[in-house]
Amino acid sequence: MEGKKEEKKPKNRVKMREQDPLTRARNFNEVPYGYTPFDAVEEASRCLSCKRPTCREGCPVEVDIPGFISLIKERKFLEACYKVKGKNALPAVCGRVCPQEIQCESLCILGKKGEPVAIGNLERFVADYEAEKGEIKVPEKPKPTGRKVVIIGSGPGGLTCAADLAKSGHQVTLFEALQKPGGVLIYGIPEFRLPKVIVEREVEYIKKLGVELILDAVIGKLYTVDELLNDKGYDACFIATGAGLPIFMGILGENLNGIYSANEFLTRANLMKAYLFPEYDTPIKRGKKVAVFGGGNVAMDSARVALRLGAERVYLIYRRSEAEMPARKAEVHHAYEEGIEFLLLTNPTRFIDDGKGNVCGVECIKMELGEPDESGRRRPVPIKGSEFQIEIDIAIPALGTRANPLLTKTMPDLKLNKRGYIVAEEETGMTSKLGVFAGGDIVTGAATVILAMGAGKKAARAINEYLKWKYWDFKS
Amino acid sequence: MFKILKKKELSDVVTLFEIDAKDIARKVQPGNFFVLKIHEQGERIPLTIADFDREKGTLTTVFQKVGKTTYHLGTLNEGVFIMDIIGPLGIPSHIENYGKVVCIGGGVGIAPVYPIARALKEAGNIIISIIGARTKNLIFWKEKMRNVSDELIVTTDDGSYGRKAVVTIPLDELLREDKDIKLVIAIGPAIMMKFVCRTTAKYNVKTIVSLNSIMVDATGMCGACRVEVGGETKFACVDGPEFDGHKVDFDQLMKRQQMYLDEEKIALERYREKYGIK
Repeated sequence: MEGKKEEKKPKNRVKMREQDPLTRARNFNEVPYGYTPFDAVEEASRCLSCKRPTCREGCPVEVDIPGFISLIKERKFLEACYKVKGKNALPAVCGRVCPQEIQCESLCILGKKGEPVAIGNLERFVADYEAEKGEIKVPEKPKPTGRKVVIIGSGPGGLTCAADLAKSGHQVTLFEALQKPGGVLIYGIPEFRLPKVIVEREVEYIKKLGVELILDAVIGKLYTVDELLNDKGYDACFIATGAGLPIFMGILGENLNGIYSANEFLTRANLMKAYLFPEYDTPIKRGKKVAVFGGGNVAMDSARVALRLGAERVYLIYRRSEAEMPARKAEVHHAYEEGIEFLLLTNPTRFIDDGKGNVCGVECIKMELGEPDESGRRRPVPIKGSEFQIEIDIAIPALGTRANPLLTKTMPDLKLNKRGYIVAEEETGMTSKLGVFAGGDIVTGAATVILAMGAGKKAARAINEYLKWKYWDFKS
Repeated sequence: MFKILKKKELSDVVTLFEIDAKDIARKVQPGNFFVLKIHEQGERIPLTIADFDREKGTLTTVFQKVGKTTYHLGTLNEGVFIMDIIGPLGIPSHIENYGKVVCIGGGVGIAPVYPIARALKEAGNIIISIIGARTKNLIFWKEKMRNVSDELIVTTDDGSYGRKAVVTIPLDELLREDKDIKLVIAIGPAIMMKFVCRTTAKYNVKTIVSLNSIMVDATGMCGACRVEVGGETKFACVDGPEFDGHKVDFDQLMKRQQMYLDEEKIALERYREKYGIK
């Protein structure tokens, strides 16, 4: 490492060191180790400090990317972190789970000829540096506006909106249905990709901004939105309840024991810490041969958790080819490295019962790619007579989610689309119901952490305006 | 944090708690349930709501010690706090004046049937209740059930109390003799609900059951509680817990309830060892 100092600016980005694939496949520790200060300065020095930085346009939460990178170059790491936090209350989270390759980094000018600046790695570095130094700076409390805002759901969208509104001086209450705050950051994304202490740290920061957090509160059951607005005195509401009901495949045998929705499998493992059973009380089945169905990040996470729970073989079964996989390339790569076996262009047709109600196998059919469908991806078509069986003891469909109607069905005056998601203006989150804004997966369907954060940010801005003028002009 | 205000041992394995939970008590309806997690390392388990008092802001639950969590819960005393209580969950019972209704509670299922029977009685129904258990000391709330019923039948499998029978025997007699019975509501072990439904199907009497599936979040997110009802996969937590019993695949429900038998055994043995309980 030290020898590198003599070299000129490296053309390639500074790699982040990672746990060895075969070691990490058996533990829940974080995969990459993070940059050292030396790595960070070296990587930051690759940034050209463009006069018209395009990277910023790729950030849904408007982080001053060249600004914070310049501060890293000057070794002002804490200042760099404060710069990021001016816009993004969850930098340690975003530095780890944002798909930078299709956002800020995709617009970096260096990417045209080589590798773009590792903006995500640098963001992670400054956030971790601040936490390690214990110098968490909380901005001065603004003058209270006397306005009250309620936010439903403490996932990335809700947390971002809460932070921005608190910084504007509003009194913010954040309701969470589960026993821990963070939404998908806690129940969904596994420890080895996003350590839970990091989520807890960033939530603590948001609480320090003055946000009141109420856990175990299922809105729609405990209170309706109308009760919150009319009886509890909230002036506005932001709904960020996230992705909803897991989709099953509708094939024979899907309710056999040993078949988990990815949501259930990950919730048991992550939120409930079932991987520590019996230290923790929540059990999880540890399969020897596990099949995960789907090609998104959730499928990759499920497969990699199954491996860490001790599976001998983990199959990732996806009906299209690798090119169509919606998962981040880095996650697919990590999964490959760890020994996940990819069965592409393959679709399950039925599950096989061991005679006692447990799954013991899955029958699949080979697929080939036909004409493009409405998503623009080539539609997979089954190849007749190509059925085959695989022996498994755990199956995990990770095929996405549908809208959860638990809250929306208590709001007959809220306009939903035909799939049950809330209709909200993209730039403001404004809905058909006066004073109610919405954003994130409950509006768009399952998407990413950063898009939910972007929606939270836009909604916070719109709520600020609304609280000033009480003007409501919903066109949709 | 939720304080246990009152504890009563209804038998050596059945315990009653009255819990301070003002916000939930304000909204709870008969047929709802709640989820509880005792402490940081605990699991989330669904429990039935046996009663509630909106003015005092309390929930009453009755549970049987079967696994580690319920054994541990049973050791908690008045004044102790439970870390997490989430509710009210599930769709409340549909209450209307049907005419004549049979309410069946088996074992700890007597508890959740009570507020439903009371609400149906208040709505003007004639209530015939059947409460049953394996043996005498598992029967509780006989007087409470009598107070909301026009007729009460008590059965035990071993004949140690009331009539020596399973609940389906007096149910069959009632249905045979009385053609005015419009609805049967049954809550208890899955096997009991299965045979109640088999009995009522013979007489074509609508039957509502409340399913006690394994749950995690209990808000529709995970699907652990899924069960086939009328050939469709339903989630007991948000689509239920009450369903048309004639459409429920009870055999599947029972298999799914047993998914973690091995793990439950490990957890309970470990707990007993740790605290020297036999």
